[in-house]
Amino acid sequence: MQTRREMLARSASVAAALAGLGLLPQVAQAAWSQAAFDAKNMGDLMKALGSSGPAESKDVTITGPDIAENGAVVPVGAATTLAGVKRILLLVEKNPSMLAALFDVTDAVEPNISTRVKMGQSSNVIAVAITADNKVLFAQKEIKVTLGGCGG
Amino acid sequence: MADPMRIRAQAAGDKTTVRVLMSHEMETGQRKDAAGKTIPAWFIQEVTASHNGKPVMTAQWGPSVAKNPFLQFVIKGAKAGDKVAIAWKDNKGDSRSDEATVS
Repeated sequence: MQTRREMLARSASVAAALAGLGLLPQVAQAAWSQAAFDAKNMGDLMKALGSSGPAESKDVTITGPDIAENGAVVPVGAATTLAGVKRILLLVEKNPSMLAALFDVTDAVEPNISTRVKMGQSSNVIAVAITADNKVLFAQKEIKVTLGGCGG
Repeated sequence: MADPMRIRAQAAGDKTTVRVLMSHEMETGQRKDAAGKTIPAWFIQEVTASHNGKPVMTAQWGPSVAKNPFLQFVIKGAKAGDKVAIAWKDNKGDSRSDEATVS
């Protein structure tokens, strides 16, 4: 039998624990998908974004160096020849958070985007294109890193 | 307020290539300082690009985007004289927006 006082104390401690873990919704970051950036593998990521299983495709291309001397600045590009692409993702497989960047593109922009990412270690870099009819296609490339960009 | 972005928009035919260089630390939250304490994460989370006031692309970034981020994309149908605006917001709530004219 629990008293009301014990109940209150317990629920307060649970709420505090949840807040500490960052599980309570944060209003200030509503537009930024925390779950997607927390995903550790492709399955979790697709679940967080509400998309289905990805398939490798020749219509998606990833550009980047074969060997990156400095993992803190690795130029990568994602492009696709597919029509009706609404979202492009850049993933670094072995980084602490797999998703590096997510681009929501409109018809006014070509699905061809370049940026620079950090890489902790040699890993596959993956470009994912999600079309308007929810097809998920990807291309990957292994980039070797001689000096890591995370930690240190 | 962070330093201004450097934006260059160059038209070639009916396409305009936009290159943006933002000035931001992009701290991952994984690094430790000399005293062994973790440096808190500080990175750009949201980026919006607009062409003549109309949003054409939004992006969500994680901490793995490199320091002083570079971004290149192509806007279809933009002409010389058009305005291209880029805005970002980081996880500390700081934000910045800059505008450039297509040349």
